[in-house]
Amino acid sequence: MNVEASAIKAAQDNLDAHTREIVQWHFSPETGSPFWLDWAKKASWDPAKEVNTFNDILRFPHFQDEWLRDLPNEIWAPKAFKGRPFNIFETGGTTGMPKQRIGWDDYKVDYSEFSDKLKDEEFPRNSYWLMMGPTGPRRLRLAIEHLANVRGCSCYFIDLDPRWVKKLISGKQFEQAKAYMDHVVDQSVTILKNRKVSALFTTPKLLEALGEKINLWDAGIRGVFCGGTTMLPQYVRFLIEEVLENRIGFQPTYGNTLMGLAASVPLTPEDKFSISYYPPQPRAVLRVVDPNNTSVLKNYDEWGRVELTTLTREFFMPRFLERDEAIRKAPRNQYAWDGVAEVRPFGAMEKNIVEGVY
Amino acid sequence: MTLPHIPALRRGRAYESLDKAQLLDHKTGKVLTEISQVNAGIIRKDLARVSESRAALKKFTTEQLIEIAAKAGEFFLNGSLPLGDKGHMQSAQEYVETLSSTSGLPHIMVRRNMSKIHHALTNMRTVLNGLTRGLDLEILDKGFGKQFGTPISYYPTTQALGLVMPSNSPAVNSLWLAAIVLKTPVIIKPGKEEPWTPYRLIQAFIAAGCPAEAFGFYPTDHEGAGEILKSCGRALIFGDKATTDRYANNPAIQVHGPGYSKVLIGDDQIDRWPEYIDMIAGSIADNGGRSCINASAVVVPKFGREIAEALGKKLGPVAPLAATDENARLSGFANVKMAEYIDNAIEQDLKTSGATDVTAAHRGGSRKVEYEGGVYLRPTVIHCDTFAHPLANREFLCPYASVVEVPQNQMLDKIGPSLVVTAITKDPKFTDALLDSPLIERLNIGPISTMKISWDQPHEGNMFEFLYKRRSIERSDF
Repeated sequence: MNVEASAIKAAQDNLDAHTREIVQWHFSPETGSPFWLDWAKKASWDPAKEVNTFNDILRFPHFQDEWLRDLPNEIWAPKAFKGRPFNIFETGGTTGMPKQRIGWDDYKVDYSEFSDKLKDEEFPRNSYWLMMGPTGPRRLRLAIEHLANVRGCSCYFIDLDPRWVKKLISGKQFEQAKAYMDHVVDQSVTILKNRKVSALFTTPKLLEALGEKINLWDAGIRGVFCGGTTMLPQYVRFLIEEVLENRIGFQPTYGNTLMGLAASVPLTPEDKFSISYYPPQPRAVLRVVDPNNTSVLKNYDEWGRVELTTLTREFFMPRFLERDEAIRKAPRNQYAWDGVAEVRPFGAMEKNIVEGVY
Repeated sequence: MTLPHIPALRRGRAYESLDKAQLLDHKTGKVLTEISQVNAGIIRKDLARVSESRAALKKFTTEQLIEIAAKAGEFFLNGSLPLGDKGHMQSAQEYVETLSSTSGLPHIMVRRNMSKIHHALTNMRTVLNGLTRGLDLEILDKGFGKQFGTPISYYPTTQALGLVMPSNSPAVNSLWLAAIVLKTPVIIKPGKEEPWTPYRLIQAFIAAGCPAEAFGFYPTDHEGAGEILKSCGRALIFGDKATTDRYANNPAIQVHGPGYSKVLIGDDQIDRWPEYIDMIAGSIADNGGRSCINASAVVVPKFGREIAEALGKKLGPVAPLAATDENARLSGFANVKMAEYIDNAIEQDLKTSGATDVTAAHRGGSRKVEYEGGVYLRPTVIHCDTFAHPLANREFLCPYASVVEVPQNQMLDKIGPSLVVTAITKDPKFTDALLDSPLIERLNIGPISTMKISWDQPHEGNMFEFLYKRRSIERSDF
């Protein structure tokens, strides 16, 4: 469904206003974070005054993810949150220190909004959820629990440690990786056999493995919320037709600790199972840029590297280059802004990248 | 005209994937077809219902399936058969041309391979007789019976035969044909560059009346191939030494790796060596030197240098010809990197002293050549001083052989596992030793090409013994 030009203009105006507000928030001594206030002191310009539209964000250099690894967490806390303990969420960390993002309520905002996009017949209200995937220090664990709570019920958890899986695969210990995956899936089967669960969050590979051990429909599953790794069109088709048997709802998402989550638009036959994801703008903006000149946007339906800007009162992260590439998609349905499709690890065509089961 | 599309076949049903590979003309790069690729999950899902495929075949008697195979042979050799799911048909001549243009095999070699497959299909009774040692085939239909005065019962070891096929030579498909007649569905992963032959064979079987459910055809990746090997119960894989070693101790997987086939001449016949040069040259170079039954070493007690020189003189001048030329003897390389790898490997090992490329002088140029846009490797005969030389017991996907002098009484200690050995000797003691050797899978005694296939004897493993096991049975009338 094409989006009216007026809606696109309104969304852009909204984004510009939101950008101004968030930049002023992070760069004002009354509300801002030590990191950005210190950054502004060293810069030759004043973001609080000079950022008027989202395009002005391009004046920032790319956000360096090492800052999240090397600097203390407190440095990111906006003054306005002083006195409120924060959550610490991690990403990466297969080797060495993981990157950490602090937060308070952002995940709740993201997942409450996401809940409104779910169909009740696929994700029935007041029904139990099961999360089979990376819990531990990840934002996702609290986010899924919040989603279950918002929809009136609770969630069971089966943990999968993706750092261990990546180590096993990198070390070519495929048998061990398989055994670990079986261990995770078997625990989920036990839950599904003994508890009434209607909604499932998991990763594509784990979903496939679970579907081979138990008939998901007969086990009571009516909707699957899936994310975490590459889902190319044929694999999406396989999951929908073969694993979910065209009768269980499928809600693929793209997201991470730094962004939140980008929901997908419902597939139409014309999509040929190519999923388009739209970020929760204005809180996060995804741009598909030329990897060799990242100030240049790619044209619609062209491949490029994904660049993320996060704009919330809790966290400001301009122009972070994701380790992903994707196709730039035009505004669609209720999303009057750019989306991304067929997300895969950056450079996937050139080299083999370990994604494991996560 | 749209491009043909070769689908996966899931219990015989066409499945068009969103993920497709293209197959190109090895000379022009023109796209000739698209092939649907499927993931391992689809194979796992289908294998869960493979008993339905077997049930479809069990409705036929072995006799009926022998007749179907014979009809399929005629369709395969001469018929026009469906090519993919977009309404294309493929005549026998089109099959020859297309396979030639993607594999590099000249037409004449494709036709020879077709004839071998046709012969296997139309002589299935003879083939089964050889495999079962004359078993009354009704016993297979009933599961039990009486023969030679003894109760006999056989049971299937598997519900399906998995096949991870190579791309090098179409005739390798003759290995699985008997499985269909033995009521065993096939789950085929075609070679990346050679989907044509198994697809055409499947269509020929279906046209002849075989149930489509008996066929799984899954162009897939490494994980998918692994799934076929792991889950089929019985499977065949074709591969290099690393592959062979990986599955060597798995009785459910029959491995077809390098053959290391050889020609041996005994002390009693060595003085007559000039009479055997044509036979030896054919063993080395027929079918473009691409088969595991091509000789890759000639082991002689003396006259090594002279024999090498004679072979070099005969094979060295062989050069690429047009694919349509009836005299073409070399096959082009669809995978140019493979040709480069082979050429480099030979050159590298020639740096180890004790080996001479005797074909070089007769070639008048490099081993790797380009001809009409294709890449070819010209025949290579290496004289090695000892069997320990790295080039003495090697096999490459081209006409290649070493010639090595080894005293007759040491030959069987040196040669190692050999798929085919042609031993030219009348010496009873040497013959006895050859017959006793567990290293030789197929033995030709006398000047018989290593390339000769006897359909009335098991070759490259006994498919019947692989797919069926005998059990003891007692029945009482009550």
